[in-house]
Amino acid sequence: MPLETLEFEEPIAALLKEIEALTQLPRTDARDREIEALGRRLVTVRGTLYKSLTPWQRVLVARHPNRPGLEDFIQRLFTGFVEIHGDRRFADDHALMTGFAEFKGQPVLLVGHVKGGDTKEKIFRNFGYARPEGYRKALRAMRLAEKFRRPIIVFVDTPAAYPGIESEERGVAEAIAVNIRDMTVLDTPIIVIVSGEGGSGGALGIAIGDRVLMQEFAIYSVIPPEGCAALVWRDSSKKAEAAAALKLTAPDLLEFGIIDEIVKEPIGGAHTDPAAAAQLVDDVLTRVLAEVGAMTSDARLAKRYEKFRNMGRAGIEFLEE
Amino acid sequence: MAWFKKTRKPMAAPAKEKPSRVPEGLWVKCPGCAQAIYNKDLVTTLNVCPKCGHHFRLGAAERLRTLFDAAWTEYDKDLVSTDPLSFTDTKPYRARLKAGMEGTGLRDAVIVASGAIDGIETMVAAMEYEFIGGSMGVVVGEKIARAIERAIGARMPVVIVCCSGGARMMEGALSLMQMAKICAALARLDRERLPYIAVLTDPTTGGVTASFAMLGDLNIAEPKALIGFAGPRVIEQTIRQKLPDGFQRSEFLMEKGMLDLVVDRRELKATIASALRFMGAGALATQSEAVSP
Repeated sequence: MPLETLEFEEPIAALLKEIEALTQLPRTDARDREIEALGRRLVTVRGTLYKSLTPWQRVLVARHPNRPGLEDFIQRLFTGFVEIHGDRRFADDHALMTGFAEFKGQPVLLVGHVKGGDTKEKIFRNFGYARPEGYRKALRAMRLAEKFRRPIIVFVDTPAAYPGIESEERGVAEAIAVNIRDMTVLDTPIIVIVSGEGGSGGALGIAIGDRVLMQEFAIYSVIPPEGCAALVWRDSSKKAEAAAALKLTAPDLLEFGIIDEIVKEPIGGAHTDPAAAAQLVDDVLTRVLAEVGAMTSDARLAKRYEKFRNMGRAGIEFLEE
Repeated sequence: MAWFKKTRKPMAAPAKEKPSRVPEGLWVKCPGCAQAIYNKDLVTTLNVCPKCGHHFRLGAAERLRTLFDAAWTEYDKDLVSTDPLSFTDTKPYRARLKAGMEGTGLRDAVIVASGAIDGIETMVAAMEYEFIGGSMGVVVGEKIARAIERAIGARMPVVIVCCSGGARMMEGALSLMQMAKICAALARLDRERLPYIAVLTDPTTGGVTASFAMLGDLNIAEPKALIGFAGPRVIEQTIRQKLPDGFQRSEFLMEKGMLDLVVDRRELKATIASALRFMGAGALATQSEAVSP
């Protein structure tokens, strides 16, 4: 599948096209040299472009159709994945996947949203919009991990929890609320990686952990920029302004203390080189898992509480009467 | 000019009235039954229409008055938001905060206080809708979390009266994290076997519903309150259909199994008190004294 380019990636698209055209020509030394030169240009152009992405451009990168998601990470970082299905109450949600696997020989539980690749699969995955049964499945699987003292690794990538009639009828709010509460006291290490879109409550419903990591070009927001623009400007075309105002980029969130660490991405974003992106996640994950795993239960839970308890303190002032 | 060509002045649009707020004046028209109600009657009925039972929205201070037996002790009323994102849309967030403060006399969208409910010392947090839609930002999160921690320290039950549009957009992901902060405190309260009652009033939506509003040992709603996660407009856009009547109202949620009971405001205090007694509150403080060495 050719790499899709985003609206702001025009210079990259032009270079890719040129390279593509050259590869169609009969092979000569001159052609190869030219392709190589163009390849180098591509790297520099990407580098400069991605060094100064606007918040809205980061939103587009986070939503990139080729962006590696949970399934890609499972393939590259874990072995022997066995998916577990269903919430044992109502159904199996396809937008949220759970299962166990090994990470460098250590058994772990994996939880994460799946958006789907082609159109057919996107529909099957409901575009990554999980329903209540997805959140309940996630908690059931996480309890399994707690029981057998296995660490939990969560990949967050969802536009939002599914806003539909059946979601409300089956209590999506309750499902998310219970997950948030119970994950704060779940007695096993939890590492969260925001790998794409961190869409509000739909993300937070599986995103409580001892460490919250975020990939460089992922986003995490209380409301999608389009929704924010429609709400306050009454004009959804103000989405770029909204994206900037919401401070939803990884560096912003690191500054606010909402995430613990940024996981670097290859130049041009994870979608340009999924293998390199996975390697970068691998490095951080290995270290963080060892750090959190070395703590005693009590210390870990106390630290987890403190971490979320302190969020937003910097935004509060004490006014004397 | 012929009379029929005369341009008519357009009729002035009627001033937009807020539907569920008790306006000034002697008489109020009830949005439920369209009858005129004498304002003073509303005071005795806790702002419930005596004819049709329509529940007018209550401010946070009025709410506390309806629940506590007598005076209460307020906590952390001096906390204010610093506008951590320096957020500006059509208006700076600071201006919205200022307007909220001037309009309500509060510094943010919640009052937390302890006092006696039918003789039972209880920690109550009441949200104020008139302060930026009752939205939950860092101050609301901090005040409620502190209230829960205080309740654990004093072995007191907690009641939170929700009245909120959800997380406060102008504080971005920080407001989202208040859901986690409050839920974490509630998990500790739960482990301490202390009672928590969530009271859901019109409206309770978004991040408030998806956190503490749904986590009560009992979830009690006032009649016909709008309660949901996604807003009705968002759902209509997703499914491209009109929503059925009564969707996301208290009675609908109870029917779907999400609420323990729907209670008329005039019965609310008595219901909370009897629930707290069932949960052993009142005896809690003395119990802990007996246990501690």
